[in-house]
Amino acid sequence: MKTELLAVEGLDVRYGDFLALGGIDLAVREGETVAVLGANGAGKSTLLKTVTGLLDPAAGTVRYDGADLRRVPAHRRVGLGIAMVPEGRRVFPSLTVEENLLVGARTGRKGPWTLASVYEAFPLVSQRRARRAGDLSGGEAQATAIARALMSNPRLLLLDEVSLGLAPVVVRRLYATLPRIAEAGTTVLVVEQDVRQALSIADHVHCLLEGRTVLSAPASQVTVHDVGRAYFGLPDDEAGAA
Amino acid sequence: MTLLNAVVQGVLLGGLYALFAAGLSVMFGVMRLVNLAHGDIAVAAAFATLLVVQGGPGVDGVHPFVALLVIVPLAAVVGYLTQRGLLARTVGPSPLPALLVTFGLAIVLQNVLLLRFSADQQRLPAGDLAQRSIALGPVTVGLLPLLVFLAAIVILGGLSLFLARTSLGRVVRATRDDPGAVPLMGVDPRHVYGIATAIAFASVAVAGVAFGTSTTFAPTSGATLLIFAFEAVIIGGLGRLWGTLAGGVVLGVSQTAAAALIGPAWQILAGHLVFLLVLALRPQGLLGRGPVPA
Repeated sequence: MKTELLAVEGLDVRYGDFLALGGIDLAVREGETVAVLGANGAGKSTLLKTVTGLLDPAAGTVRYDGADLRRVPAHRRVGLGIAMVPEGRRVFPSLTVEENLLVGARTGRKGPWTLASVYEAFPLVSQRRARRAGDLSGGEAQATAIARALMSNPRLLLLDEVSLGLAPVVVRRLYATLPRIAEAGTTVLVVEQDVRQALSIADHVHCLLEGRTVLSAPASQVTVHDVGRAYFGLPDDEAGAA
Repeated sequence: MTLLNAVVQGVLLGGLYALFAAGLSVMFGVMRLVNLAHGDIAVAAAFATLLVVQGGPGVDGVHPFVALLVIVPLAAVVGYLTQRGLLARTVGPSPLPALLVTFGLAIVLQNVLLLRFSADQQRLPAGDLAQRSIALGPVTVGLLPLLVFLAAIVILGGLSLFLARTSLGRVVRATRDDPGAVPLMGVDPRHVYGIATAIAFASVAVAGVAFGTSTTFAPTSGATLLIFAFEAVIIGGLGRLWGTLAGGVVLGVSQTAAAALIGPAWQILAGHLVFLLVLALRPQGLLGRGPVPA
């Protein structure tokens, strides 16, 4: 049994009076790929932002590698090995693609990912290395954002809505690179609306509805149908409640 | 002949304006923060230099340019602490708190200087450097204005290289692009803002000392310096460092050319008129790209 790299326990996150996440428990074991699924506003991005420290929880704990992250500011968590590809990609538009990657390597963490290996894994990024990131297409920018996160050689990679606003063919190509990241030993936590893509790569799925967990099961034991029911809050037909 | 001389003197004067404007340009460029105390910080640096130059009981005074070795690092430290301790609290969606706080800082600085140094006009003694001149073809230029101009080029060039080529410069540009995303790269934007302010304060301290050796100054001189610095930044184009040098030169030449051709009374007015003309015809500035940033 592998150890838990990330353990979220009893997590509540509020925006003012609004409870965005209530009583979330989530465990991600080292080397695993976990998908968090849910509709818009289900609290998926809130969960990732809380893990990276961009948001503070109202209650509950986030443990990484056994240590409570409560008092660790966001910019120190990257050095511990937590990298995030944020929603909306957030590449630095006035910097070139290569400069974006170098900023991603700022923490100086050593590991398999270097400019050379990232370029090899993402030929699209390599071709655009001298271009301003603000001039990239959506797919190129997303690939750059993933490559930039890898440059910090994370143990835990958080991917927020990789598929958002991209053509299906581009999404498939991006998802095809994810197993390679997992093979390098990186633990991956993806947040997705695209259930099919997420199920194709995940070991474990976790479905949120209005800030609460409605389904948590090994990916091999659920179908797109089960997730779809949980996703929309339909009555559980027992098939996936493992 | 008079015109050529006026243009050359104007170019050199433009170097001084660009030196003042560099820090303003950096702070606005990186943080979108308009520092209304910028001119007063230059004047404060000139007064601080005056103390070092005068020395004290048992301590010999030094040349103002030697004093820079103390004043510039000091200004950088004060800049960093001012950002982290004061200006960081004004960061937000509205530019108003920063305007009010720096405006207040300007008033506080002026009054502290008045209390300590009185309203008397002062000058930093540059020794015979202030009188020396060299012949460049048909025109004669003062050594001091030439040195100031060269300092402006070195500082603006150094800043450009720092931003374009160094790892920290890259981080500063990334923070300018998206301060909300840099924590994900392990960068604390508050630290980056502190560094940007340290650079701004250090460069404006050099400008203040250059100004103090070139002409007389008093605790209330800061407001005029702020206007010239603003005009140089806007004429050149917001956020364009070399544009700031061009802006300073345009402003300087407008002033000296008008003084030579029309009359000395026109010097300051002509600079303002050219500034208004640029605002009307090319609001993004001479080297600015695209529409005016919001």
